[in-house]
Amino acid sequence: MTRSLPGHGSGSTLDVSGQAFLVVEDLSVRFPTHDGPVQAVSDLSYTVRMGETLGIVGESGSGKSVSAMAVLGLHDEQRSRVTGSIRVDGKEIVGAAESTLRQVRGNEVAMIFQDPLSALHPFHTVGRQIGEAYQAHHGCSRSVARAKAVEMLDRVGIPQARSRADEYPHQFSGGMRQRVMIAMALVNDPKLLVADEPTTALDVTVQAQILDLLQELQSDFGSAVVIITHDLGVVAEVADEVLVMYAGRAVEKGPTREVLTHPEMPYTWGLLSSTPDVSGDPDRRLVPIPGNPPSLLDPPPGCPFHPRCPHVDNVPGDLCRSVLPALVPGRRGHGHTKRCHLPDSDAIHETGAT
Amino acid sequence: MAGFIVRRLLSSFLVVVLTSMFVFALFFLGPSNPAGPVCEAQGRCTAERLELIEQQMGLDESVVTQYGAFVGGLFRDRTITMGSEYTCEAPCLGISYGTRGEVRKELMEKYPATLSVALGGAAIYVVLGVTLGVLAARRRGTATDRLLVGGSLVVSSIPYYLFALLAWILLTLQWDLFPATGYTPLTESPSAWAAGLLLPWLVLGITGSTQYARFTRGSMVDTLGEDYIRTATAKGVRSSRVLFRHGLRAAIVPIVTIFGLDFATLLAGTVFTEQIFDIDGIGSWALDAVKAPQDFPVILATVLVSAVLIVVANLVVDVVYGLLDPRVRVS
Repeated sequence: MTRSLPGHGSGSTLDVSGQAFLVVEDLSVRFPTHDGPVQAVSDLSYTVRMGETLGIVGESGSGKSVSAMAVLGLHDEQRSRVTGSIRVDGKEIVGAAESTLRQVRGNEVAMIFQDPLSALHPFHTVGRQIGEAYQAHHGCSRSVARAKAVEMLDRVGIPQARSRADEYPHQFSGGMRQRVMIAMALVNDPKLLVADEPTTALDVTVQAQILDLLQELQSDFGSAVVIITHDLGVVAEVADEVLVMYAGRAVEKGPTREVLTHPEMPYTWGLLSSTPDVSGDPDRRLVPIPGNPPSLLDPPPGCPFHPRCPHVDNVPGDLCRSVLPALVPGRRGHGHTKRCHLPDSDAIHETGAT
Repeated sequence: MAGFIVRRLLSSFLVVVLTSMFVFALFFLGPSNPAGPVCEAQGRCTAERLELIEQQMGLDESVVTQYGAFVGGLFRDRTITMGSEYTCEAPCLGISYGTRGEVRKELMEKYPATLSVALGGAAIYVVLGVTLGVLAARRRGTATDRLLVGGSLVVSSIPYYLFALLAWILLTLQWDLFPATGYTPLTESPSAWAAGLLLPWLVLGITGSTQYARFTRGSMVDTLGEDYIRTATAKGVRSSRVLFRHGLRAAIVPIVTIFGLDFATLLAGTVFTEQIFDIDGIGSWALDAVKAPQDFPVILATVLVSAVLIVVANLVVDVVYGLLDPRVRVS
């Protein structure tokens, strides 16, 4: 099994035109509840170019899935407030009409969900479900759609695609179901693929197969990919750029190799030291991040990470508890930005003081 | 699947047989003497006459023998003596104590009226209930939703007989909106058949629809929160298609189950509807039969019809469930 190095994700075989396909600017998503608004995503900005893979990492509840769903306009208008701007190939998504959204969904931007068993309709055959995605954007007959579905199933490596197209999701194994999901997402040759924890529900050997498949298909289709995960291993394997989210905000962003080798934000350090390293010392203890993510109903003042951060006292003037740090370029350059008051965070991390 | 159906048919058959035995035993072991009314019907009833009639009717035999004679009658013609002699063609369900007619023939005469009421009423309540339920689920939390749920609660808290009686008095007698002709067989005049049944259908349909509206709403709200609904939207499928082909398709499964059992009960006779709207169906027939003097062969026949219908409905529901949900299909 070949693995590409961090920072040399799949898109590299294709001519990366460098044109920004997805531009997210100051995205905020709020959910009004009886106890007040839940600020799920705050002032999130990022850009994804054609052929590029962006990895969004963070704990559960950090806003990564919520922000991804906003890209397809999947938030119910009545139950959420989405502000800011999301442009897909220049088209504004925030506040767009249903007809515009429908053209974008599944066509220019497709999404892969975490748990393929619950994300596929239990009562429709997989062939029908894939065909439906094709029909929705091509207005073709059912038989044409079916032929396309069989072709896609074959393309994602499902044996006997012709007969398996008539089976239901529960008749497939977990990995095969995720392949079905990928086939469905890619049937309209989308320019952007949003994968929301595509491997979380799968066992480890199947995870690797699915990631390889995604990378292979990405280089064939030349599409941009946003992959959402809490697994830094996945990010290291597939992402060109990484965006670390915490409490609804971007806290660190930059080229994958740069961020993973020289993290500048104590939260990212925490994530790295709580991840097992296969090649490292097997007796090394994993260091968990103490505490829990803050409530998004009532976020702490200042830096949202300060209640869990061991370095609060290294910052003069108690800034961490009072002022939200801006997302600013780190000291090493390379497009690496961080949201942290620590002046010499790189040096502190080098000394291993996590 | 075939094996499953055969097993279910066998157990269904057993249920019907046990039901008939139970009704038989209950009646003959009970305090009422079926010979009494027969005897009284023929003028002064002396003690010897009563004994003679009991003998003719086989009432001095054991319950088991009498049950055997009844079951035998299902397969070959019987001659039944109660005062005079009556022939009862197979399948014989006995001779009515009241009318002295063959019970099976009366059943077949009365059944079309009940069937007409049930089919029309059920069609209205399912279509209306599911439509309103889908609408409420789609607009949940809005004024439309609250109006539909509130309205359905109000209608369903009015007792059915009161609702039907008021509809009959106001709409037919007072305002003359519906014909007061009662039931006309379909074979006689289709237009009179439909005109006479229109109000009963509407009354049955509207009252029945309330619970379907609430079931459908609940089931749809659950379904619309499922991941696969989000997937369908994310594919770019239009919202009406997401609502019906993805949402309702899944939400309808539990509703089909409820409907199957409900409909069977309806087919077994709609006593209030038949009484109030003057429809000569098996509901009224059964009601007359349990009034004194009790007409045992008619009671037994109506109970058996109900048992068969409910058992068959259960079987149909199970088979349909398998067709609707591929995950429960028996391989």
